[in-house]
Parts: sequence; C-alpha cells; structure tokens
Amino acid sequence: MVKPQQTLTQQLLRYGLYGILTVAALVYLLPLWVMLLTSLKDVEEIRSGTLLSLPGSINFDAWGKAWSGACTGSTCEGIAPFFVNSFKIVIPAVLISTLIGALNGYVLSLWKFRGSELLFGAMLVGCFIPFQVILLPMARMLATLGLANTTTGLVAVHVTYGVAFTTLFFRNFYVGLPKELIAAARLDGAGFFFIFRRVVLPLSTPIIVVCVIWQFTQIWNDFLFGVVFSGSDTQPVTVALNNLVNTSFGGKEYNVDMAAALMAALPTLLVYVLAGKYFVRGLTAGAVKG
Amino acid sequence: MNPKSLSLPETGTVRPVTLRLQDRLAAQLPKLVLAPTVIVTLVAVYGYMIWTGLLSLTSSRILPVWKFIGTAQYSKLLENDRWGVAVENLIIFGGLFILICLVLGVLMAILLDQKIRAEGVLRTIYLYPMAISFIVTGTAWKWLLNPGLGLQKTIRDWGFESFTFDWLVNPDMVIYCLVIAAVWQSSGFVMALFLAGLRGVDQEMVKAAQLDGASMPMIYRRIILPCLKPVFFSAFVILSHIAIKSFDLVAALTGGGPGYSSDLPATFMYQHAFTRGQMGLGAASAMLMLGGVLAILVPYLYSELRSKKNG
Repeated sequence: MVKPQQTLTQQLLRYGLYGILTVAALVYLLPLWVMLLTSLKDVEEIRSGTLLSLPGSINFDAWGKAWSGACTGSTCEGIAPFFVNSFKIVIPAVLISTLIGALNGYVLSLWKFRGSELLFGAMLVGCFIPFQVILLPMARMLATLGLANTTTGLVAVHVTYGVAFTTLFFRNFYVGLPKELIAAARLDGAGFFFIFRRVVLPLSTPIIVVCVIWQFTQIWNDFLFGVVFSGSDTQPVTVALNNLVNTSFGGKEYNVDMAAALMAALPTLLVYVLAGKYFVRGLTAGAVKG
Repeated sequence: MNPKSLSLPETGTVRPVTLRLQDRLAAQLPKLVLAPTVIVTLVAVYGYMIWTGLLSLTSSRILPVWKFIGTAQYSKLLENDRWGVAVENLIIFGGLFILICLVLGVLMAILLDQKIRAEGVLRTIYLYPMAISFIVTGTAWKWLLNPGLGLQKTIRDWGFESFTFDWLVNPDMVIYCLVIAAVWQSSGFVMALFLAGLRGVDQEMVKAAQLDGASMPMIYRRIILPCLKPVFFSAFVILSHIAIKSFDLVAALTGGGPGYSSDLPATFMYQHAFTRGQMGLGAASAMLMLGGVLAILVPYLYSELRSKKNG
C-alpha cells in the first residue's frame, strides 16, 4: 500500500499520542525518581524542600547507614546481613526448584504414563492456592523437623511451592520438542537419564533462563514466607526492610528508608534491565496458567 | 516357592533375569523421578489444606487443640467486625484494582500498538514495577502519600495552599491508597499481556475492514477487542488472584491502619493466626480465602479445558 499523505489532524493526533505516552512514562518513573532523590538528601533538606527538589549536594550517607548502620527491629547493623540472607535463600532454592522442575517436566512431556496428566493437574493446584491456607501446618511441620527459623527451612518452603511453577514451565517447553528426537535416542538404547543429559538439557537453555529469572524474582520478592518462617537473624531483606521502615523510635530518617528500599529492589531491577525479554516471557508463561 | 528352582539356573540364565529386573526398574524410572514431587504436593498442598480445614473446626488459640467445636469459628468470623471490614475492603480494593488495571492495560496497549518509535523503551518503563516487590512498592508509596512531606506538601509548596491529599491517614480513604500503589505495580503487566494479544490478531481481517471503510475506533471495538476476550479472561483471573493474596502491600503501605480500616483477609489471617493467638479463627479465615480463589478458578479452568476439547 502507498502511504497516504498525512493530514494536519493526523499529525496532531500523532503528537498527542506521543504526549500521552510520555506523560504515562513519567508517572511510572516518578516513584523511583523520588526514592532516588530522597535517598541522596539529608534530613534537613527533606523537611525544607519538596519531593521533586534536587539535593543540594550528592550525599551517600543515607546509603551507608541503610547498608550497615540502620536499626531493623532488634539489631542495628543495616540491611547488609539480611541482603546476604536473601541470597543464601534464593540461590539454593532457585537451583533446586529449577532442577526438579526440569526433571518433572521431562517426565510429564516425554515419558508420559497413565495418570500422568492427572498428576500434572493436581500439582498445578500448588500455583493457585492462597498460601494462607498452608501457613499454620507448615509452621508446625518445620518445627517438628527442627527447621523452624532456619535458612534451610525457608529454602524447603520455597522449593515446595516453587516446583509447581517450574514443572509447568519445563513441561510446556518440552511438549514442543520433536518427538522423533527422543524416539531415535530410545531406539539407540539410550536410557532415561542419558537422554535427559545429552539430548534434552542441551536444548533447554531458553527455558532454564526464563525459569531461573522467574524463580529468582518470586523468591527474592517474597515477604509472607519470610515473615512467618524466618528467625530474627535469618530474615530475608524484604522483612528487614519492612522492619526498618516501621521502626518508630527516634526521628524518622526517610532518606535511609528510601536507600534501603532501593537496595532491596536492586537485584530484581538489575535482572529486569539485563534480561527483560526473559522476565516478560516468564510472566506470560505464568499467566497461561493463571 | 520351590527351593529347587532357585538353585537351578546356572551361569547363563542368571543374567537375563537380572537384566529384566533392571529393565523393569528402568520402566518405572519416570514414575520414581516424579514421586518425590507428588508426595510433597500431596502432603504440603492437599494434606495441609485438610489440616487447616480441620483446625478451623477446633477451638485452637495459641496452640492447636484438637477439640472440635463444629462451625463455631466460622460464625464467630462472620460476626467479627474486623473480618467484615477486611472483606468489604477486598471487594473495593479488588474491584477497583482489577477494573483500572484492565482499562489502563487495554488503553496503553492500543496506544503502544500504533507503530511508536520508542516502543521498546516505553514498554520497559511501564513494566519495571512488576520486577519490584510489593514491600518496596509499599515503602515508596508510603513516602509519596505521606501528607506531611509527600505529594500534598509538594503541591502546597507550588502555591496550591489548600490542596489536601491525606488518604493515607484517613480511615475512609486509605483503601484507595492501596489501589493506587497496586495499579502502579501491575498495570504495566496487563498492558504487556494485551500488547502480546494485539500482535496476535489477524492483520488480514483488519485490512479487509479498512478497505470496507471502517474507522480505526470502529475496527478496535468490533474486530480487535472481541478477539482479545481470552486475554481479558486470563488477566482477570491473574489480577483477582493478586488481589486476594495481597498481604505485603498492606503490611508495607498501611500496616492495616489507621486502626484496622485497611485490613484485607490476608492480613486478618496473619494477625489472628500468628500474633493474636486465635489459630482456629485464623484457619477459618484462610479456608474462606481458599473458597474465594476456587470460586474464580474452577469456572476458569473448566472453560479452559472445555474450549480445548471443543477447539
């Protein structure tokens, strides 16, 4: 088709369109921008200026304090130890749930047996339930196993309820693999694990990336399991941040709050900026199931 | 068994027997690999659901007590003012959150679909809040909505002296603060879903309608949007799921206050089960939440499965 000559109205509409989209972008960016500005001001500047006034001088004192000096409930060591806790929880939980999900997905797509579809459906319920319904028995179970308030306990909880998602991801991905590939390998006498390691895993990179990113974001951002199942020194950073913000003795240091919040958001934001494509794919893959 | 037959096979025949055993084991391997997950799911999803269900029928307070008192906890729950507020809040919060996210999501997706030059950058900006935890979102908005120092003060300092925006500390309005923060967090995601849906619409059909002289708004209303029905449906299910589970946002933004005016069922359950020593009541509230989720999910899954069978 030949592009028709743009009329004046069309051109105006076009400007309006860009105008609206730009304003919307500014609105979405505003909270992040205000957090950053606030974290760079001192308390006096916060009181005298407005949200959007620029700091007189760039000053990272609040960041230092948020990292290693601010009080989060009982201790005053900043959020650094809890930031480390989050990594101690996230790394094993992501690796284990991804590995189990890959094996489950492999079985449920390429080694189906009678009743396996039903089992898959039954597993998926784990993605849907409101976690409030499992909190009390889980707390009891962790106490019985001696895992209450431990990092291991939290890892176990995240793996338990993360596997439903990872299985879904891998199953849906493996269903799309060509059946002939597996059939040929089986004819050659390759066994279950051999085919998984040598044929299926090498093809899995894209779904592994999606799965790891999804699990990382979910577990890093978790608050409910953290607040219910962690002890005072095994808290993840989300719980510590909430304690810091809600600690009410002394003058409120909003700059420290905002610096701590930015730090807690940094790992997942970084993942989003670096691998946004895969993050979105994870979201939409998660969306298929609801 | 005949003991003779055990001693009978000598060298040659032993191997095939064990091989067959190995084969049989190999045949069971897929099931064995799946077994741990199945067992854990049975215990930690279904078992715990039943456990919580049973707990909700007992008089448990700080510790579980297996003394069954029928549905007394449920009647107590339904008479509880605070639960009433939590449910009413969920209806307001959930309704507005879902509605606004859907409307904004569709609108932004349509606007972004007009061959925009910086589409990639804009999409990234609209979607980034989804990567952030609700705790951070709550912390950020708590600061913005703080009447003494946030938006209210900023706009007053710009010369609008009488401007008032104190929803965060106003028991009648605080629930709308949750809506604002949650919409900021999730609307970009809905936009991404719809944008993906729009890209999947058959362009031939759109071209045909254009040749027939239909205007763009007409084409969107009559052709494109009806094609997006499944996207509407799944967005609705995801958003209602987020709304019912909302706990972190309340914890960080309002703490349920002032008083308990911004409580939601999720915070009610946590409060009663873990900090107020009302385990039975907490369990009952959790079961009602489960019921709410199922009431939305079961019809959804049913229609999904049915449409797959028919299509």
